[in-house]
Order: sequence, then C-alpha cells, then structure tokens
Amino acid sequence: MTAGVSAIAATAGGGLLPLAILLPALGVLLSFLIGGRRSEWIALGLMPLELVVAVGIAYFVWRSGQPLVYTLAGYTPPLGIALRADGFSAVMLVTAGLIAPAAALYARANIATPQELTEKRAPLVFWTLLQGIQAALSLVFLGGDLFNLYVGLELLTFAAVPLVSLDGRPETVAAALRYLLFALFGSVFYLLGVALLYGAYGTLDIALLAPLIRPEPAVWLAAGLMTAGLLAKTALFPLHLWLPPAHANAPAAASAVLSGLVVKGSFFLVVRLWFDVLVGLPGVIPGTILATLGSAAILFGSVLALRQARLKLLIAYSTVAQIGYLFIMFPLGHGPWAADAFSGGVMQALSHAFAKAAMFLSAGLIAESVGHDRIAELGGAARVMPVTFLALGLGGLSLMGLPPSGGFAAKWLLMKASVEAGQWVWALVMAAGGLLAGGYLYRVLAPALSGESPQLKKAPARGRERVALVLALVALLLAFAPPSFFAFLQIGRPAAGLALQ
Amino acid sequence: MSVLQALDIGLAFVVFAVAAWTIFAHGAFAATVGYVVYGLLLALVWIRLFAVDVALTEAAIGSGVTGVLLISAAARLRAAERAEPEKSLSGLSRLLVAVLCAVVAVALAGVVLLLPEQGPSLAPQSMQRLPETGLGNPVTAVLIAYRAFDTMLEKVVLVLAVVGVWSLAADKYWGGAPGEARAERPEPTLAFLAQILAPLGILVGIHVFWVGADEPGGAFQGGAILAAMWIIVMMARLTEAPRTNAFWLRLALVAGPLVFLAAGVAGAIFAGSFFAYPPGFAKPAILFIEAFMVLSIAVTLPMLVAGPPRREPRR
Amino acid sequence: MTSATLAGLVGAALVGLGLYGLIANPQPLRKILAFNLMGSGVFLVFGIVARKGAAAGLQADPVPQAMVITGIVVAFAASALAVALVLRLFEAAGQATLDPDAWAKPPDGGAGAE
Repeated sequence: MTAGVSAIAATAGGGLLPLAILLPALGVLLSFLIGGRRSEWIALGLMPLELVVAVGIAYFVWRSGQPLVYTLAGYTPPLGIALRADGFSAVMLVTAGLIAPAAALYARANIATPQELTEKRAPLVFWTLLQGIQAALSLVFLGGDLFNLYVGLELLTFAAVPLVSLDGRPETVAAALRYLLFALFGSVFYLLGVALLYGAYGTLDIALLAPLIRPEPAVWLAAGLMTAGLLAKTALFPLHLWLPPAHANAPAAASAVLSGLVVKGSFFLVVRLWFDVLVGLPGVIPGTILATLGSAAILFGSVLALRQARLKLLIAYSTVAQIGYLFIMFPLGHGPWAADAFSGGVMQALSHAFAKAAMFLSAGLIAESVGHDRIAELGGAARVMPVTFLALGLGGLSLMGLPPSGGFAAKWLLMKASVEAGQWVWALVMAAGGLLAGGYLYRVLAPALSGESPQLKKAPARGRERVALVLALVALLLAFAPPSFFAFLQIGRPAAGLALQ
Repeated sequence: MSVLQALDIGLAFVVFAVAAWTIFAHGAFAATVGYVVYGLLLALVWIRLFAVDVALTEAAIGSGVTGVLLISAAARLRAAERAEPEKSLSGLSRLLVAVLCAVVAVALAGVVLLLPEQGPSLAPQSMQRLPETGLGNPVTAVLIAYRAFDTMLEKVVLVLAVVGVWSLAADKYWGGAPGEARAERPEPTLAFLAQILAPLGILVGIHVFWVGADEPGGAFQGGAILAAMWIIVMMARLTEAPRTNAFWLRLALVAGPLVFLAAGVAGAIFAGSFFAYPPGFAKPAILFIEAFMVLSIAVTLPMLVAGPPRREPRR
Repeated sequence: MTSATLAGLVGAALVGLGLYGLIANPQPLRKILAFNLMGSGVFLVFGIVARKGAAAGLQADPVPQAMVITGIVVAFAASALAVALVLRLFEAAGQATLDPDAWAKPPDGGAGAE
C-alpha cells in the first residue's frame, strides 16, 4: 500500500468519483479504436453505467450528508490531486447523465452508419465526441484541483467545437472556429490565474487553497483573469458573440448538449471559484458586476431573440438570455437569503438544461419535418406535430418562469433572495426577462397553433418526440422538488458563502 | 553587471522584439517564421530558468512541430491573403484594445515584481516522495506519478484533437489518407535531409525518452523528436501518410492513453488507489506506460500536422 | 534583477502582446499565432513561479514545470484544430474570414440572421 493514505484519502463511495470520469474516457478511446457501427453501441452501452455511477455518487453524498472525497494515486494534495463531490456536483452529474443519453437516443435516427459503409464520418465523430463531453463534464463537476479543472476545460472545448461543424457547411466551420478562439482565450486567461494562485500559495487544491486566500493584488488579478476566461466560455454578455451561430447551426442533438450542458460546465467553475475558493475575498463588488452583466444578458438576449427569423437562432439567443439569470446569484451569497439564492441559481442551471435541450430537440424535429425553421412559415404546424410543439411549449414555460416549472422555482427563489437582500433591481430585471421570454415564445407558438398547416416532408418519429417531451417534463417536475432537495444542494457549502466585508 | 546578466537582458529584449514582429509583421508567412525563431529563443530562456525539461518540450513541440503546422498553413493561405484584404478594426477600436492589453500586461508585471524571493514550493515534497517512484527526475515524477491523472486525461485530449481534425474531411474522403501521395521523384534536398536526419533523430528520440526517468527528458520530449522525424520523411515525400481507417494507426493513437488508463485501474486493484503504483513496481510500471505514451505522441503529432484526410480510401 | 524576474516581466509583456494580436488582428491564422504567443507568456509566468520555488536541492519547483509541459502539448493540439478549421474554411468557401457579415446568408423568407 503506498504510503501517505491519510484520513481524507477516500470517503465511502469515493471510488465512484474517478469512475465517473474514466468510464466515458474509456468510451472515447474504444469508440475511436473500434470505430464503425460499434462506436455507437459502445456509447449507448456505457451511458446507462455512467448514469448509475452518477446516481450512486448522489446517493452516497445524500446518505453521509458530507461531500465525497477521493485522493488519486495515493498522493494527498498539495502534491497530488483530489476529486470532490458536493451536492451541486452530484446534481449536475445526474443531469448530464440524463441529457446526454437523451440526445444520443434522439441522434440515432439521423446520425447513423448506413448499411453499405463500414464507417461514416459524422457518426464516428459524434459518438466519440459525445462521450468526450461526458468525460469532460464529469471532470469539471468533480475536480478538486484548479489545474486538473483546466485539463477538464480543454477536454470540454475539444469535444464540443467539432460538433458545431459536424455537417461541414462553411457557416458552421466559421462558427466553430470563432467558438474555438473564444474558448482558447478563456483557457489562457484561466491558466494565467492558476499560475498566479500557485505562485502566491503553493497549492491548487480547492480545499487547501480556500483558507489561505487573502485580498492581495495577486489574488485579485487571478480572480479577474480566471473569471473573465470562464465568462468567455459561458458566453456571458458581452462575450456571447460566438454562441448563437454555433448553437443554432450545429445538429440538433449537439445543440441540445451544447446549450444544455457544455455552457453549464464553465458556469459551474465560476461558482466553484467564487463560492469555494475565493471565500476570503470581499464578494460584493465582483458579485454585483457579475449580476449586472447577467442582467444585460437577460435583456439583450431576450430582445435579440424577439427579432430572430429562424427558430434555432431564437432558441440560441434565448440561451444567451437564460445564462444571464445564472449570474444573479452572485451578489446574494452572504446573509440569511444566501441559501435561497444558491438554490435558485442551481435550479436555474438544472431547469434550463432540461428545458433548452427539449427545445433544441423539438426544433430539430420541426426543421426535419417541415424542411426549414423559418418562424414566419411555421403557421399551423402545431396541429400536425402536436407532441413536438407540446415539448417546445413546456420547455418555454420553464424559460418564462411560469408555474409549475423548475424555471419558476428558480426565479422565485432568486427574486425572493434579491428582495430580502434589498437588491430589488435584480428582481425587476428577472420580471422583465420573463415578459420578454413570453414575447418571443408567443411569437413562435401562437401562429403555430392556428392557420393553415404546412405540408410535412416526413412525420416526426414518435420515439424522438417522446425524448424531447420527457426532457421538457423533467424541467416541469423540478418545480415539485421537496425541501430535502434544497437541503441536499447545500451539502458541502462553506457556512459563510460569498464573504461580505 | 555580470556577463550573464547582460546576456539575460539581451535575450529578453530579443525575445520581446521577435514576438512584437510576429504580431505586427505584414505577411502571415513572415510572422510564422518569426514565431519559430521566437520559440527557439524561448527555449534558451527556459534554460536560464533551470527548467531543462520545459526547454526541450518548447523547442520540440512549441517551436518545432507547431512551427511546421503554422508555416504550412501560412503557405496555403497566401492565396487567401492576397485575394481578400481583411477589414481591420478602426483606429479607435485598436487604441482601446491596446490600452486594455497594456493594462493587463502592467497589472501582471506588477504582480510578478511583487513575488517574494523565496515563494511557496512543492519541491521539498516532490523530492521527499521521489524514492518511492524509483525515478531521478522530479518533473517526470510529477507527470507520471503524483499528477498522473492530469497527464492521462491530457492524452485523451490529444485523441479528441485528432478526431476533431479528421472530422473536417469531406464525407467521401473519410477513411482515406491526409496529405499527398508518395512522389515518384521526391524532392532531392528534403529527401537527403530526411535520409540523414531520420535514423539519427530516431535514436536521439528514444534516448531522450529513456533517459527522462533520471535526467531531463521524458516521453513528451522523446515522442516529439520521433514525431518530427516522421514529419520530415513525410514532407520529403519519401513516404505517405497512412489511411485514417487503418487499425494499426488507430491503435497507435490510443495505445498511450489506453495503457495509462488501464494502469490507473490496475492501481486501484493492486495498490489501493486509482493511478497508484505498487511499491517496488513503480519504476518499471512508469517506463512501461511511458513507452506507449511515446508511441502515441510520435504518431499523434504528425497526424495533427498532416490534417484531415484528402484522398479517397482505396477500399 | 534576476533572470527569473526578467523572464516573468517578458512573460507579462508577451501576454499583453498576444492578447492584442488575438483581438485586433482580423486574420484567423494571425489570431492563432497570437494565442500561441499569449500561451507562452503564461508559461513564462509559471516559469518564474517555478524558479522562485527553488528548494530541496532543486533549481526550480517541478510541479509548475510539469504544468507547463502539459500546457505546451495542449496548446499545440489546439493550434492544430484551429488550423484545420481555418484551412477547411478556405477550401470550402474560398475565404478564411471570421467577419460575420461574410457568412450571413442572403435573405431567405425574412430578415437576415444576426
């Protein structure tokens, strides 16, 4: 037994943590090696296992009431690397474990290897990269070391970018290139911050670093750089320019994963950074800056969504807006309302993930069945594709924040926290955002429900419609989360939350 | 002021000057050549920082292989450059961006100057745990023992990069080979260089890998040198790039990460923790993993330089 | 001024230069070049941190050195992917520009996309 296995080496169930990362990583390697039709089978075979691991991790976190920890290679931090799962990690893991297979099941129909070929480009690339995204997200959600998280961010970028240009059209290649450049800018800035933090404290382990953080120049600069880098990857206003063309032009299954999961990865790290690492910093001003940018995103994104002619672009701009809501939690991190604000932010991340995935899958079905996604010409389409439009509408319900939906629960919690904290402006912005969301959804749904139905090139497959519908229903069901769910989210939170000085 | 200090200051100036030229030069090709020079100078800076492993990696990968990649891209994009002069930012925007960058640079410089003489360091712990690994080079120990998880995942990143690059092929070329076919009459100068350099380079590459356990060097550096040799031979058209659906190629590409992953799982079973090594077996296990890493790196880097398949698969 | 501090200052300057090139230069290939420059500047900051961590008989802390080695490999892979995208763009469309107006499709049944 290697020496140095201390008390924090592993908690019960901790062994699941590396497994959550290694299983999809193995899938990437095997799918690429074996190739052909089998790459799909490997992916579909491993996904249920990965979901079981995610649920297992959640179970152990819930049962012990403490975060799970696993020390890799028997070397404890600061020399070695640790993995850590708290309530937030577990919930995100399960979310990714549900949405990725949903996108996979949806994609089987139109990203398939035909009988005559041993291997086709798009399917091999898709199945390999989808598992790459899963491995990357698991690492981001479970990583306990800032450099390890950098590797996770790179993994995520490399897996996500080629999915944008999967169909090979020049516009998608340009969108992918722009996405890559923004993402690389983000990585470099993040890495620079990591260098400064290591230079200041000699460790990158989150648990060890947090108590050491003092408000000194190196830390402020590192915080600013890392946050700026992560914001570029999360496409928060004003660094959102790359997102709409990238998400709108990717294949529907890829868009669902990109909007639903990938942007949540870098957002997760912003939360980790400010709520877990930088607790020693006075968080009022940075939090307010983030929430201001978020508010701008909500308003700007929603207004732009109203002006879109294409459904997928509308949904993509809606993502820009909904990402803004995520950042309202930052100035509300200290005080009796902190738990509500945190829960609200997490709930927004979860419900948006499911709702947006449902909407992109529905939009994909619409585009395939009608032959285009021009909103002006979708009149009456809901009558020939009721289930698809139901999924779209239910997802939209969550986006608007109407009860009962996870989106409503999220916005309610955030508004409640803002009002209690005396920071009314965020509540007003969210209310405005909800109205604007109602506006752009009405633009799509109202004409679709009336008027002459278009001719369908082909009817949407039942199974695929059901996948989209199930995702939308999950977004709705989140509204019924019991109080114990919110208590679960608080597992692992440091008592002080975002410090206020 | 001692000679060494004068040299350092001179080196710093030249590095900055070449970097500035890379950014502001008019042609992309000229800028790229400048970048290769910059990379080699940077390797000297790393030596002055007593980070020889890094200097080797910067020279081989940062300047060498990246240089080949960027120069061949610049050559191919020359036509694009001439045809469509790019709309550049307005004067005011440029000024604002310049101010922003200056602020970042100054803030960073300030923090750098504020760094204490003797900072916190993991060197003592690295040296303390070194005997368990059986290695003599602490950098290799960090890469393959203490932070093995990072390195293994980085190898997966390389595989994803290959998939990403290959994904840009047209559907009809999928499974085919990148680059051009073997030439009837390979270019004489390049062929001569390749024939002299390649055997030597292969020996040097293997040596650098092997010696990396105890001296500066290691899998990345050795693998990069081997990769460079293959790239030279391909550039000289003495051989052609392999078909991308060839099983041996895919196996070579994933062998490194796969063996590393398997070793990690074996660590959980035999040594109590994922990626741990059983005591006494650490050095042989590490060299075994590194050997496959060298293979993968030597194959991955040239494939990334070669680009997506451009010829139809013959079957 | 020690060589380490000098290297750190050069690193800071390179980060600034690279950032300028990344934002201001319109050609994608030049942006990729600038990104590499920025990356090497960041690595130099790691370098000064490593040198300041000289202890236990070592001239430089090995942990940041390992991180730089990892970073150099990842930066190369990123450059390769970016270059492949740029070349594909040029092959497919005859132009390699990121200017969104160049990719806006002609109006099809409504206002042009943003």
